[in-house]
Amino acid sequence: MAKGILRVKAKTAGDLTSVKMLAKHAMETGLRKDKKTGDKIPAKYLQEIQVSHAGKVVFQANLGTAISKNPYFSFSFAGGAKGEELQLSWKENTGNSATETAKIK
Amino acid sequence: MSINRRSLLKAIAAGGALAGCGVLMPRLALAAWAEKAFTAEEQTVAMQELYGSAEHEHTTEVILKAPDIAENGAVVPVTVSTGLENVETISIFVENNPTPLAAEFVLPAGTQAKVSTRIRMGQTSKVTTVVKAGGKLYSAAKEVKVTIGGCGG
Repeated sequence: MAKGILRVKAKTAGDLTSVKMLAKHAMETGLRKDKKTGDKIPAKYLQEIQVSHAGKVVFQANLGTAISKNPYFSFSFAGGAKGEELQLSWKENTGNSATETAKIK
Repeated sequence: MSINRRSLLKAIAAGGALAGCGVLMPRLALAAWAEKAFTAEEQTVAMQELYGSAEHEHTTEVILKAPDIAENGAVVPVTVSTGLENVETISIFVENNPTPLAAEFVLPAGTQAKVSTRIRMGQTSKVTTVVKAGGKLYSAAKEVKVTIGGCGG
């Protein structure tokens, strides 16, 4: 599988699975200017990140431009076991999207 | 017989794929990215667009963890947690940002009502978090001082 933009650490402790994820993304707001030309750099940012486990959505983030570069999220959900897979799908404002997977450790 | 078996398998596979799409598609459409809320330039307008109401109740049940002073506005860690039941969504607003709505988290049942992220802040501002629980809106706010802005550059 192609290397994705999301780095995920998911761990199960007791009934809960905690997920920490870091997306490698510039989160360009569209407000910044190119210092040399003075032109605005077009907006390019993540709009949606959705995490599913066993066919069920466990977390969804709808994002604006006020999320920092290389966005970080953490959350935890009930269920999940070591070795199981999480499906992570993301969508950019440009229409780019992809689905990645990560294993629970 | 073998042909029948093969076509039967094909039919099952196709049906499975279709069912898979059927399950995934409405879910994505359900909580679509609220464009009007994310592009609104006023906090109250953004709340109105997102929740259909800008009215919310301040409560100590919602805990917003953010630094008092953020040295770098480009990366401000924020954690929202709440003891409220039936939490549906958690959103974060930064009042003085060009577009106040930073993020909306949709939390299905079974997911803990605690999320952390990092936001951008253009300047010193009040950060408000709104938690929708059981159809009602609750909020908590905190003033965060920013010494170096994180927007523009």
